[in-house]
Amino acid sequence: MRRFLFPLAIFLVLAGFLAVGLRLNPREVPSPLIGKPVPAFRLAQLHASDKSISPEDMRGKVWLLNVWASWCVSCKQEHPVLIDLNRQNRIPIVGLNYKDERGAAITWLNQHGGDPYAVSAFDADGRVGIDFGVYGVPETFLIDKAGTIRYKHIGPVTEEALKSKILPLAEELSRG
Amino acid sequence: MADLLLLAMRKSALALRRFLVLAFSTFILAPAFAAEGGAAQPLGDPVVEARVNRLAEELRCLTCMGQSIADSQSSFSSDMKREIRGMIVAGKSDKEIIDFMVQRYGDFVLYRPPVKSTTWLLWGGPFLLLVIALAFLAVKLRKRSAQAGSELSESEHRQAASLLGKSEGDGK
Repeated sequence: MRRFLFPLAIFLVLAGFLAVGLRLNPREVPSPLIGKPVPAFRLAQLHASDKSISPEDMRGKVWLLNVWASWCVSCKQEHPVLIDLNRQNRIPIVGLNYKDERGAAITWLNQHGGDPYAVSAFDADGRVGIDFGVYGVPETFLIDKAGTIRYKHIGPVTEEALKSKILPLAEELSRG
Repeated sequence: MADLLLLAMRKSALALRRFLVLAFSTFILAPAFAAEGGAAQPLGDPVVEARVNRLAEELRCLTCMGQSIADSQSSFSSDMKREIRGMIVAGKSDKEIIDFMVQRYGDFVLYRPPVKSTTWLLWGGPFLLLVIALAFLAVKLRKRSAQAGSELSESEHRQAASLLGKSEGDGK
């Protein structure tokens, strides 16, 4: 009986490691930008190419930066959630329209229920996206009043992610 | 009947050979030609390109798990290569370029992550396992040699001698 104990112990340890490993999402790479100042940029606005937008303009507010594109399939999934969030008027959402075409992006917004963004920055070649460490769209950053990145959500924003993590943290940051 | 069978076998052998040739040409040769076609594109300065490739091999493509930026054709990788190329042309050192990537994408982007408090298990784990296995082996071997080398007691000697004597006696 005792000689089975050792292999059994090894098996249990291995099974434990695999159980944890299988639950991890390999696409969720922790961002080194959490706790760092938001990368500086000044980009043309999506809807008005003669106007610009910069994180500086958002100083003093707690805000979300949502990276999106008309070619991004899972952006469709989060779009209604963002529209709903915008309606609640709880936190301003700034869009970063990533590697897109102006016409396609605006058409996409019109076709998918409207524009949830206070303003969208137009990052045609994706250079600003690289500064944010963007590797898969959509990605969403929570930025505090001082312009520090506090949280990053990878993949489509869900009601649950908003309720359990993003909005409570945003409220805490607004009070502080 | 046997002729028919032979014919059928020869036919299927031919079909198999044709299939293998086709498979070989599509899966082995075609990518080789494709790679040649890719390399034929005008790429500018070969010295710069060699550096781009060397750096790209050190960096992980984050959208296509398990491939380096050099190996991958994804748009993420081509953006990264464009950035690397731009920084090389701007006179940045290899270390500056790698640091640029780590600042944005974290240590995960490196195929050879630095040794630090969060990665010591990653680097040391295999050696740790080796030490444990060697210790286990040493204990086992010592136990075994202790058993083999143990002296027989007086009564066991007598018993052995009598058994041997008996068997010799039987043999005669």
